[in-house]
Amino acid sequence: MSAGIVTAAYIAASVLFILALGGLSDQEKAKRAVWFGIIGMAIAVFATVFGPGVGGWSYMILIPLMGVGAFLGATVAKRVEMTEMPQLVAALHSFVGLAAVFIGLNSDMVGTHGLTGAEVSIHEVEIFIGVFIGAITFTGSIIAYGKLAGKLDGKALILPGRHVLNGAAVVISLILLTLYMGGSGSWTLYLMLIIAFAVGAHLVAAIGGADMPVVVSMLNSYSGWAAAATGFLLGNDLLIVTGALVGSSGAILSYIMCKAMNRSFISVILGGFGGATGPAMEIDGEMIATDAATVAAQLEDASSVIIVPGYGMAVAQAQQSVSELTRRLRAKGKTVRFGIHPVAGRLPGHMNVLLAEAKVPYDIVLEMDEINDDFPETDVVMIIGSNDIVNPAAQEDPNSPIAGMPVLEVWKAKSVIVSKRGQGTGYSGIENPLFFKENTRMLYGDAKASLDQLLGLIS
Amino acid sequence: MRIGTPKEIYPGETRVAMTPASAIELQKLGYECLIEKGAGDASRFSDQDYKDAGVKVVATAAALYKGVDIVAKVRPPEDIEVKRLRKGQTLVSFFYPAQNQALMNAANKKGAHVIAMDMVPRISRAQKMDALSSMANIAGYRAVMEAANNFERFFTGQITAAGKVPPAKILVVGAGVAGLAAIGAAQSMGAMVFAFDVRPEVAEQIESMGAEFVFLEFEEDQQDGAATGGYAAPSSPIFREKQLEKFRELAPDIDIVITTALIPGRDAPKLWLKDMVAAMKPGSVIVDLAAERGGNCDLTVADEKIVTDNGVTIIGYTDLPARMAAQSSTLYATNIRHMMTDLTPNKDGKLKHDMKDDVIRGATATYKGKITFPPPPPKIQAIAAQKPKAPEKTAEEIKAEEAAAALQAGKQQTMVLIGGGLLMLLIGAYAPASFMQHFIVFVLSCFIGFQVIWKVSHALHTPLMAITNAISGIIILGALLQIGGQGFIVTVLAGISILIATINIVGGFMVTNRMLQMFQKS
Repeated sequence: MSAGIVTAAYIAASVLFILALGGLSDQEKAKRAVWFGIIGMAIAVFATVFGPGVGGWSYMILIPLMGVGAFLGATVAKRVEMTEMPQLVAALHSFVGLAAVFIGLNSDMVGTHGLTGAEVSIHEVEIFIGVFIGAITFTGSIIAYGKLAGKLDGKALILPGRHVLNGAAVVISLILLTLYMGGSGSWTLYLMLIIAFAVGAHLVAAIGGADMPVVVSMLNSYSGWAAAATGFLLGNDLLIVTGALVGSSGAILSYIMCKAMNRSFISVILGGFGGATGPAMEIDGEMIATDAATVAAQLEDASSVIIVPGYGMAVAQAQQSVSELTRRLRAKGKTVRFGIHPVAGRLPGHMNVLLAEAKVPYDIVLEMDEINDDFPETDVVMIIGSNDIVNPAAQEDPNSPIAGMPVLEVWKAKSVIVSKRGQGTGYSGIENPLFFKENTRMLYGDAKASLDQLLGLIS
Repeated sequence: MRIGTPKEIYPGETRVAMTPASAIELQKLGYECLIEKGAGDASRFSDQDYKDAGVKVVATAAALYKGVDIVAKVRPPEDIEVKRLRKGQTLVSFFYPAQNQALMNAANKKGAHVIAMDMVPRISRAQKMDALSSMANIAGYRAVMEAANNFERFFTGQITAAGKVPPAKILVVGAGVAGLAAIGAAQSMGAMVFAFDVRPEVAEQIESMGAEFVFLEFEEDQQDGAATGGYAAPSSPIFREKQLEKFRELAPDIDIVITTALIPGRDAPKLWLKDMVAAMKPGSVIVDLAAERGGNCDLTVADEKIVTDNGVTIIGYTDLPARMAAQSSTLYATNIRHMMTDLTPNKDGKLKHDMKDDVIRGATATYKGKITFPPPPPKIQAIAAQKPKAPEKTAEEIKAEEAAAALQAGKQQTMVLIGGGLLMLLIGAYAPASFMQHFIVFVLSCFIGFQVIWKVSHALHTPLMAITNAISGIIILGALLQIGGQGFIVTVLAGISILIATINIVGGFMVTNRMLQMFQKS
């Protein structure tokens, strides 16, 4: 296969990738779009494998390797539970990071054949950047995986002087880069690799639970930039295009997540909460508990119901029960809809996937902006395992750490039922005045157990 | 312990403080329930119903009082009933301790503990035992029914073959529990409902019930109901004048007036004066729910229905809840049952009179030989204090702000473009041409990426992440190109890269496909 045909194949693959991403604008189109991606990838890999760069004995290695990889990938994809999606995504990011590191190191070993002057410097910078981003992506994703899978403590790890540590690491890396370009040898690259590994781990370790959607999107972005850097390194345009697409996708997701929390990207990445400017507003009233029988009666009387799920639903694996409840209520002619906050869960769009898995039709699952105006006309709002995203303090208390964060205005509904494990605060540790409102009733207990109890009472 | 309910002896009282349903719940709390023979008859609960619910029916009131530790009833006790009380016995009923000093002293002398259902503080937690509210709710509803009964026209407007009928216009004065119930009932019968209250914060509640709030142009600071436990306070003379003027203006148009204005511990304020009654159309109806305390209308006669010279019917019944005995008894018995639940925290049938509890303390009038009325104010305010509202922005201010924001955004964009352009020039000046070719591809791809990703539906963000995962496995190309290269280590590293990148590609695409298949339309 000639180089021209390979390039043509790359163009086809780029177009197909863009179509694949563009198709995700709508659920029905998306089902087709994923095949564009698959075909694009097949064309690109096929053209490369049988193209001019690969030959002879290497087939003996790469074909079995790809076979094993495909088998492993397929197994994981079939087995993974939808609640485990965040961990899977993080794990896959780490692979891209690691591959980028290896390719960078290989390029260093192969050397700079046929390059002159500025091209050599650029090549060296490219290796350095590729390895740096790849390394951060790798360890960052590993830590994120550990946190999401519950293998590491989900709390933020706050080292003393952590900003200084990170800053120093970047400065040292820059010094190493100049040394590397000055011909000091490969040890500078390896030292930088170790530093970058440490930075990646530290960055993610410093970010806690509910900020995870931002972290995962950010790592998604990094894995794209790592691929793009590798593309520059190898002079491969398809890698550059794909890397840029993935990189910008992750960047936009991070931006949307930050916006949904009313926090700047920098403040999320640097970890920790800031911004409380005074004592929190005092909360009047008290939490009133209710029981399944009363809730069942309320739901029977209601004509419109909105369910607001959160991470707690995923933890309790309650999505099937939620779906069954929805089905029964809809069968009685009630309007049942879902309100999804952009940062509900641990992954952008996580709730949508969980509900889709439980066969909740996607046209009753609405975004925050679509449903926020409908709460005053709603009879019953059920909150299942979410807390900060329905906290009225974001609007009412200018001193609250989450002041200004867009929230679902559930308290405007006629009555609100909160299914919650206990009386504790949410991830942010902020009291939620919603629980103390007069039209709010607390249904304590595990979300799944509570819902199953309800299902026993609603036929 | 044993709890018992005697037959009410006040003439015309039809309610009963224990129903078979509430008795079952009380037994769950560990109490033994007793009832006087025939106590539930007027509320349509037969002795047999009680027996079926496990209640012991006692032949006489005297025997009942003797046999129980707790007496639950509706009306304040009559003299003969006070005599039957004994030391340490608990009485739960309406009591009105402020108006019934003598009665309170008598009960205290007997050593009985009196829990006055009318003194339950108006806080959220106590709503379930707020008997005044449940009775007011019934009174409000019944007031509309009485009005409809005496009003000789339709409530709802109709266009019939026989001609057009205008809807009845109803004015509700005082939008407390009774007023709101009246608004709801009248509204659902199709009348045009107007409502007035001196507390501006209830305007929202009035409007939520579908009625129109009668707005008063008034400069002075209006009352905040929060300061008086959610009740109205007396208004200033100027305010009152304004209010009467408004009523005078409305009187000729209104068909039915329902007045519910009461101020705690005072006579009912006179709000519907003689001249307003005179200005009303013949056939109009006034229902005065404040009749027991003198009435809001000048002409009201308590417990009676009168018709004025100009044909306006004025209803002053004070027993509206008792006219719906079955409903009233059910709600009141439930209120009592909730009170008992709070008094029996351990559900062991043992009464625990906890004077540290805000609700129980508030309702207790006599305890252990001491008069404990009036209670200290509750620790929790009934209604949150009103917050000062930020001044509304005018249209011009909003416009100016928007213009400033647009200008700011424009400036920012220009700066970014200029900065970006300069950066490009800088790179272009030093980088070789081969790099710039790739750089163009990179920048354009970023742009395409931004344009495409913005359109992705929020619901599909997880599939988006999975598919970008899969396509970032494109990094396999790099490894493929290196695997045939020099050296063992290079081959090993490239091999590992190929392996994991393939996992990424296959796993990513398959899981994306799996997720997308799950999204089903209804």
